Amino acid sequence: MYLSKIRVTLRKSILDPQGKAVEQAVSTLGIKGVSDVRIGKYVEFHMDGATEAEAKQATEEVCKKLLANPVMEDYHFEIQKA
Amino acid sequence: MADRIKFGIVVFPGSNCDHDAYHACKNILHQDAELLWHKDADLKQADVVILPGGFSYGDYLRCGAIARFSPIMQEVIRFANDGGTVIGICNGFQILVEARLLPGVLLRNASLQFVCKYVHLRVENAGTRFTNACEPGEVLAIPIAHGEGNYFTDPETLALLEENDRIIFRYCNEQGNVTEDANPNGSLANIAGVINEQGNVLGMMPHPERAVDPLLRHMDGRKMFQSMIESFMSREGHALDVAGHSLSAATGGRR
Repeated sequence: MYLSKIRVTLRKSILDPQGKAVEQAVSTLGIKGVSDVRIGKYVEFHMDGATEAEAKQATEEVCKKLLANPVMEDYHFEIQKA
Repeated sequence: MADRIKFGIVVFPGSNCDHDAYHACKNILHQDAELLWHKDADLKQADVVILPGGFSYGDYLRCGAIARFSPIMQEVIRFANDGGTVIGICNGFQILVEARLLPGVLLRNASLQFVCKYVHLRVENAGTRFTNACEPGEVLAIPIAHGEGNYFTDPETLALLEENDRIIFRYCNEQGNVTEDANPNGSLANIAGVINEQGNVLGMMPHPERAVDPLLRHMDGRKMFQSMIESFMSREGHALDVAGHSLSAATGGRR
């Protein structure tokens, strides 16, 4: 069994107002020097009965067709034996 | 020959403007209307399909992302690709971009706030089947109610939309000037609605179905319904005089 761990984030070119709001809150906390806060999503799933290559390919497809919208989001994932 | 057209209004779990759309079509415009359940792969012979506003599937993952995979959407996509008239309002617009029937995406409002108010829209293209009852440049007062209506696309797509008059509505002030102050959500180029290349699929964030009933004072949304009805009838060769009669009766004195 494999575990896919996926991060979906807004593309660099897209303004992230949520990130900006958090950035302001961080500075209100009194912590200096924090910039470029970006908010994203984390998704994980297990996959049974697949080889590592198959799990990778399936994860790629799930990311591309469902978890991320390529117009505004990028995705990164890693796969580990579970 | 029929003197009415049939609207099919898709009901997803979480749709909440489906009955408003139904009321507008059935009781105000006096057309046939039927609700279409998301699990049924059947458009019930609808002439025009409405994807209504709401929070389909709880807006899980991204607005419209899950709805796109429902059985009814496979039929809506087929219908749209065959040239059928499809209008997506608010969440319906979000579903259309997720289904890739329209370009771009709808991001979180720049303010991060849910915005619910009347806005003014300038009709940028009155030559479509959704707007031909409007004058070019006409200013409509129609409400919005959304948290994710901030239209965005890449510069190439924006140029393509501009060149081909595919931006149908822009947010403007009461005088019809497209200004930053009149932009309620941060949309690129004040875009409130776009159409596909073939001109049969429109997505818009404002709610025309909420601006049809004289009880609610604003009735500019009727023009869009009238456009769809009249366009369909003239394409099908239906008796326009009958349609014109029933429509002017429905419109009452105030336009």
